[in-house]
Amino acid sequence: MSATLEEILAQALQELEAANDLQALDQIRVQYLGKKGAFTLQMKELGKLDPEQRRSAGQAINQVKADFQNTLEERKNSLQQAALDARLASETIDVTLPGRGQSVSGLHPVTLTLRRISTIFSSVGFKVEEGPEIEDDYHNFEALNIPSHHPARAMHDTFYFDAHTLLRTHTSPVQVRAMEKYQPPLKVIAPGRVYRCDSDVTHTPMFHQVEGFLVDENVSFADLKGVVYEFLRAFFEKDIQVRFRPSYFPFTEPSAEVDIECVMCDGKGCRVCSHTGWLEVMGCGMIHPEVFKSVNIDTEDFTGFAFGMGVERLAMLRYGINDLRLFFENDLKFLEQFN
Amino acid sequence: MQFSEAWLRELVNPALDTQALVEQITMAGLEVDSVNPAAAEFSGVVVGQVVSVVAHPDADKLRVCKVEVGESEPLQIVCGASNVREGLKIPAALIGAVLPGDFQIKKSKLRGELSFGMLCSEKELGMAADADGLMELAADAPVGTDIREYLALDDQLIEVDLTPNRADCLSVEGVAREVALLNNIEFEVSAVSSVAVEHQETLDVKVSAQEACPRYLGRLIKGVNATAETPLWMQERLRRSGLRSLGPVVDVTNYVLLEMGQPLHAFDAAKLSGGIEVRMANADEVLGLLNDQEIKANTETLVIADAEKALALAGVMGGSESAVSDSTKDIFLECAFFNPSFMMGKARHFGLHTDSSHRFERGVDANMQTRAIERATQLIVEIAGGSVGAITEAVAEQYLPQRPAVTLRQLRIKRILGVALAEAEVEGILQRLGMAVVKDSEGWQVTPPGFRFDIAIEADLIEELGRVYGYNNLPQSSLLMRSALSQAPEAILEIDQIKDLLVGRDYQEAITYSFVDEELQKALVPDDTYIKLQNPISSELAVMRTTLWCGLLQAAAYNTKRQQSRVRFFEAGQRFLGTDVAQQEKMLAGIALGSANAEQWAEKASKVDFYDVKADVEAICALTGGEVQFLAAKHSALHPGQSAEIQTMQGESLGWIGMLHPTLEKQLGFDTNVFLFELSQAVLLERKVPSFNSLSKFPSVRRDLALLLEEQVSFHAVEKCINDCQEKLIKEVMVFDIYRGQGVEQGYKSIALALIMQDATQTLTDAEIDAIVNRVLDALSNKLSAKLRD
Repeated sequence: MSATLEEILAQALQELEAANDLQALDQIRVQYLGKKGAFTLQMKELGKLDPEQRRSAGQAINQVKADFQNTLEERKNSLQQAALDARLASETIDVTLPGRGQSVSGLHPVTLTLRRISTIFSSVGFKVEEGPEIEDDYHNFEALNIPSHHPARAMHDTFYFDAHTLLRTHTSPVQVRAMEKYQPPLKVIAPGRVYRCDSDVTHTPMFHQVEGFLVDENVSFADLKGVVYEFLRAFFEKDIQVRFRPSYFPFTEPSAEVDIECVMCDGKGCRVCSHTGWLEVMGCGMIHPEVFKSVNIDTEDFTGFAFGMGVERLAMLRYGINDLRLFFENDLKFLEQFN
Repeated sequence: MQFSEAWLRELVNPALDTQALVEQITMAGLEVDSVNPAAAEFSGVVVGQVVSVVAHPDADKLRVCKVEVGESEPLQIVCGASNVREGLKIPAALIGAVLPGDFQIKKSKLRGELSFGMLCSEKELGMAADADGLMELAADAPVGTDIREYLALDDQLIEVDLTPNRADCLSVEGVAREVALLNNIEFEVSAVSSVAVEHQETLDVKVSAQEACPRYLGRLIKGVNATAETPLWMQERLRRSGLRSLGPVVDVTNYVLLEMGQPLHAFDAAKLSGGIEVRMANADEVLGLLNDQEIKANTETLVIADAEKALALAGVMGGSESAVSDSTKDIFLECAFFNPSFMMGKARHFGLHTDSSHRFERGVDANMQTRAIERATQLIVEIAGGSVGAITEAVAEQYLPQRPAVTLRQLRIKRILGVALAEAEVEGILQRLGMAVVKDSEGWQVTPPGFRFDIAIEADLIEELGRVYGYNNLPQSSLLMRSALSQAPEAILEIDQIKDLLVGRDYQEAITYSFVDEELQKALVPDDTYIKLQNPISSELAVMRTTLWCGLLQAAAYNTKRQQSRVRFFEAGQRFLGTDVAQQEKMLAGIALGSANAEQWAEKASKVDFYDVKADVEAICALTGGEVQFLAAKHSALHPGQSAEIQTMQGESLGWIGMLHPTLEKQLGFDTNVFLFELSQAVLLERKVPSFNSLSKFPSVRRDLALLLEEQVSFHAVEKCINDCQEKLIKEVMVFDIYRGQGVEQGYKSIALALIMQDATQTLTDAEIDAIVNRVLDALSNKLSAKLRD
């Protein structure tokens, strides 16, 4: 034996310490524990010893091998950890940079408002119906109890194509079309574009309305009040004051305008509500017997109510928009505010 | 309608302040639009009388006046008004007065002459927007009296926006009746006594159009002074109702119109030839109106005529020739009832709208003509003198509005209003409304008064009950009604889902006008038949769009002009190919220009191209689950080499996609390529309800083929050729590379395809796979001259 067991171990441990990658470590392992390794050779030497000595020498070799292996393991772990640390460090990125790929846009505020309205009414079973935007005089006026020359026609600045064809001035014709198509009971909302020949700071020639109506055996003004009241509170998510003011629409009777406490000033009075504290938000009433007559529904069997609201107006109040004309300019700087 | 609060309170005076009164009538359906003071705030102005006027020594236009203001001595006041004269009574602002606009009157010197106050015009007192001289007060105005007190200026002008059914409130008496009703105050319109008849001269009155004019009253008043001054109180009431003073006769007819709601007209009797005839006009009969408009009447136009010609447009406006003027001596005063059904639309037909037509169209009480003509006569005689003749009356009873009783059932009240009103309450309200009420077994027979044209059916009465009871006092219930589970048709895709998808792909929703510029419409699709509005609001909004691209292109251009280099919009809406319901097609369209992705650090910016937008359209179509095909096709608005028609596999047209034609791109002011798509919603939203195919337990195999093809052979042709082989085991054909360049001859391209094959019953063997691939290659070679690339 050229070197003692202790010397070999000391040398081995020193080499392990010096190794700085896993490959070097493995070479050292082979060098000492391989077939021709230093510790293996030591074990082979044991056969030459007498049994007494063999036992104690064997124990000593095993002890040294165990010490070597422990150190080897430790070293391996440490090098693996270091390698992982280095990889993680090298792979670190700036997580605050924006993500890659397509960004996201948004819906038009009118659509957002229409969806709110639809969601609220569909939760109690109202169905959405739509109708043509180019209407005939019958559905837009006659069937709604507005004969030609009726003074109420002056309130509708109508776009005409010919004497009998026009752009609908309200969504109420959908009421007539739906009642022509279906039998009561009916719970319908009809959203859509409407047109009036009027354009200034507070009017655009096209805007949106939602018509709603309900027909059943025993529907009363009290039900109408309840629905309108609950809708407005749900829409504005606010415990607002609501009042019903007698008004006149040829297609409902009794008719009412609905005012809400001004949402801008909480009813204290401001520019938006012309210092009255109240804002007019919709018209409504019990469906007029003449309208029922035009769709052959017997008023002794059924009663119903209808309501109509301007979508842009509700959107303006909900989102604090102060200029109606912005809705149809489609300026991205405006639209993006609702994304 | 606008009226003076003080005038109203003279008729009925509830214990309510202005605000409470306004609130009360608003909540009764007489919506108050505005409340304005009769005059602006001012103080220190009294009735003065000019006692002397001398020219200012140093100024041509100024006069030095002595003005009696009720103090010990007259004041010296310098005045520049042209109508200042001795004896005139005027409003005089004294030293210390504060005029509207916080204008303080101080002792001053005008070109060397001391002035101890100011003589005022209506404008300076905030009573009128304009004035052309001093305000002239009546000769009997008491000198020294505060002008606010003398003119009763502490008054409010209330403007009510009346709904068309409430013609009965188009007068101060009508509003008073309503206020009395709401406050439970007894109210009767004041009785008018007949004026003593002083001469027997009359004009013959012949009513040929009896149905249109069932009642016509007229009388001659001779020897009036048409230049007499209308008394200040009347001028003020007219002014506070928004009317100017136009001489005593016209002022009186206007005053009675405001007071009672009955329009009257006065003719200059000297201009009439023969008697009066109320008749339909002859075809093309020409008539010159008071406003200098000349109209061509037709056989449906009701006119007032004399023996020779039409004089006035009945119930709308008098004629210029027969009008009362300063030189008028004798007048023929007319007071008629015209049937609303005949009056509706008549004024509008000639582009007119007058206080008179407004009332006749909505309905005037057919029983009030005698009272109104007597009232007007009395006032004319008081102001302008004259000798009164007898009233000639032509009545056709059978055409006067009939007021049949309306049945009102107590149960119906509950059914409509949701509350059972007590009998006494119902009767009380109806009686206060002036209705005659008779009890019957189920409820009542109710006869409305003559002034309520809007009460004809039971619902009208129930509305009145609800209105007077107070809508806000009616109960409110939570909705209880039959409900059924809702339908959920799976084969119809909701447009909302597509909108959400497009938003997720960075398209901003736009809403553009349905009517567009005719030139733009024609430029985009010259072959489409579009429809024109008869009365467009402007030439930019004149024809109905046949494609949503019109609006989207304009919206995009609007934004590119405002520093937006990347614009992506979509819109869902109708296009209009005709006026029929079926020709109004719901579409979904999109536009994209600028970089494909928003500018960012991580990827090289690239311009949006056909395939970017096609991916968006494919994503939309994928939502429906159905397959579509894109076929190269030409569209007038699109680049001929970058446009495709989109069809269902059955060949139904779904829409178009492509790049805006470079000519239009330039014309519309874009400096970058613009990509467009438009899809028909009806076709798009038909969704395939998924149906399950059992899963194969055996592995799928992929074989890649690199095909050499002539440049003009489309991928669609390759795909179709493979599909036509009807190899059932080919599950998918995918293109994963397109190559041109070295190794590929000019005019050719290499398409790398992957065929994915799978059998449901076994693992495919190499021999089977090769056989399939070879059959496909044969077909490609035969039909498309495809070669395998080495």
